[in-house]
Amino acid sequence: MSKSDPNAPKRLALIASKGTLDWAYPPFILASAAGAMGWEVGIFFTFYGLTLLKNDLTASVSPLGNPAMPMKMPFGPEGFQNINWAMPNLLMANVPGFESVATGLMKQTFKNKGVASVDELRQMCVELDVKMIGCQMTMDVFGFKREDFIKECEVGGAAMFLEYAADADVQLFV
Amino acid sequence: MTDVIIKEDQVLDCSGMLCPLPVVKTSKAMKELQSGQVLKMVATDPGAPPDMEAWSRQTGNELLRSMVESGKFIFYLKKK
Repeated sequence: MSKSDPNAPKRLALIASKGTLDWAYPPFILASAAGAMGWEVGIFFTFYGLTLLKNDLTASVSPLGNPAMPMKMPFGPEGFQNINWAMPNLLMANVPGFESVATGLMKQTFKNKGVASVDELRQMCVELDVKMIGCQMTMDVFGFKREDFIKECEVGGAAMFLEYAADADVQLFV
Repeated sequence: MTDVIIKEDQVLDCSGMLCPLPVVKTSKAMKELQSGQVLKMVATDPGAPPDMEAWSRQTGNELLRSMVESGKFIFYLKKK
């Protein structure tokens, strides 16, 4: 109970609502950084964000509908790698396999630059005792089972998360 | 101040790593140290200096010195 005890660590409460690769990063980065600072951290994974708790993390990225998203080539000379490739919606929507190409490019670029993978960040969060709450309602709606998700997560609902967030110093919706 | 020699008890190389890895690895490494011992952390991430200052303030582990040496950021952190 963060507020009742003045010596309690700071608390961060996050809602992770999106399940694509690009949106998987912010909650796990913030949570691991806060955990590393000795804060208590809880993340409520709801709607598409719930998929980030699956045993088999398959987050991918869709450049479609991400108009500001630059595409980078993870190979070739530096000048070539620094080019921001504009991706016309028509191309993204119609070329088969475009998303898996975009996902592969993003993963490789991140790896080359020294960014941890989403799997690694999630594992760090587990080691830092980040409380991860999977949304029960979302599981019911999408027909997921408890065993589809990592054993370290808890399952709960809005009231459970709100009670936790009420005592948090920082609350963010991602 | 800069001519005082700080002797580290442990070295952590975070070269090539980006946020939040230097912070997370530093916190992990600090847990292995005894109170009063010093960790030398080396990073290349330009975001590391402000992050390590914040980390030090938040955790109470003192940032004894922060410097740049041949393109690398070097931090001396004392375990509280």
